[in-house]
Amino acid sequence: MAYFDAASTEPLHPQAREALIAALDVGWADPARLYGPARRARMLLEQARTEVAEALGARPDEVSFTSSGTQAVHLGVLGALHGRRRVGRRLVTSAVEHSSVLHAAGVHERDGGSVETVGVGLTGAVDPAAFRAAVLAEGTALACLQSANHEVGTLQPVVEAAAACAEAGVPLLVDAAQTAGRMPLPGGWSVLTASAHKWGGPAGVGVLAVRKGTRWRSPLPEDDRERRRVPGFENVPAIVASAAALRAMVADSARESARLAALVDRIRSEVPRLVPDVEVIGDPVSRAPHIITFSCLYVEGEALLTELDKAGFAVSSGSSCTASTLRPSHVLEAMGVLTHGNVRVSLPQGASATDVDRFLTVLPDAVRKIREDAGVRS
Amino acid sequence: MVSTQAAEAEAGQPPALTIDALGKKCPIPIIMLAEQINYVPRNAIVSVLADDPAAFTDIPAWCRLKSHHHVASYELPDGGWAIHVRRNY
Repeated sequence: MAYFDAASTEPLHPQAREALIAALDVGWADPARLYGPARRARMLLEQARTEVAEALGARPDEVSFTSSGTQAVHLGVLGALHGRRRVGRRLVTSAVEHSSVLHAAGVHERDGGSVETVGVGLTGAVDPAAFRAAVLAEGTALACLQSANHEVGTLQPVVEAAAACAEAGVPLLVDAAQTAGRMPLPGGWSVLTASAHKWGGPAGVGVLAVRKGTRWRSPLPEDDRERRRVPGFENVPAIVASAAALRAMVADSARESARLAALVDRIRSEVPRLVPDVEVIGDPVSRAPHIITFSCLYVEGEALLTELDKAGFAVSSGSSCTASTLRPSHVLEAMGVLTHGNVRVSLPQGASATDVDRFLTVLPDAVRKIREDAGVRS
Repeated sequence: MVSTQAAEAEAGQPPALTIDALGKKCPIPIIMLAEQINYVPRNAIVSVLADDPAAFTDIPAWCRLKSHHHVASYELPDGGWAIHVRRNY
């Protein structure tokens, strides 16, 4: 099986696995206590925090560990809004944020706040001028923008958004889930969120970084853990493993990201050549190195995923028939691109050129077969 | 995306063909459109009735890819849309 769904989750890095097993033995105690094993757990936790902070361009005391990337976003969005309640109740986001941002925005709206959604163009990027105008409007409490889109890979203009936010005195939350560890993060954020299992750490570890000086108040009941930002006993072994995975990925990222980007370029240029009636989606240049998305006309997404699974490829789709809601992906809808027959290929570290070549061999037949079964004449 | 009365007046032209794709899931409405648009003369309008939310995005996207013209999408009283497409070639 060739695993091409790294944007959902990156397989556990071997160094993370090693660190996890070691930390289960020595990092199990309560890091808030004062005896020997507790001090050892605390030391491991703080060392992991320092490493993660350094890799993400933050200070250690700005970084808290959450139970997931989704929880980091929920706490980041709602906590920043809560902290700036007296300034305003207006939240600005792009139309293509991860559902965790949109669901947090939904809670804010039900709570009487307002949400301004900035649309995107055909490539999936927000227009920096439109984002700036939205941020500058009176009463804006927080703006949210992802570093790269999770479904199509397009990079967002975070540097320009950060400049607009600085001009307006509005904090910017950057959801870096798709790029953390894979490419350098732009600065200028006030709140940063990420998810360890996307960089080869274990599931169950997210990162919430709140820049010093940013107003933030927990939307949840009080708890002493993680600088009062995140409730509950820290999963020290998983956090230690996450730091090890991030260290390993960052060490390789310059070389490995360039290699994966070249493989993605190959898929980008070959798919429309090999398969008729295909729309390749997302920005061809300004993009995350490992993600490539395309839609095949007249093809049901689920049928294509099933065919590819039979041929030994694990990929994902934003088509409605593959979603529990039976609605097409809000990202593809907002871009105005084809939502059916959608395939997202996202390459994990070490993905082989041989597997990519085999994918390009298998795909045209899989698409042809489904079109023939549906009675489509080409 | 749903047109105003002014745009409707401008669009004006009644459809030469109506495709009933209500209750059909994407990509079936698009497959029906791609086949049946050949039955109308150039510049005629085809109206696709569809209630799969994917059709609302996908028919205009299909027009862009196939160089046909998406005229407008009108909400239907019982849900779904009448999506008007002009055959360009």
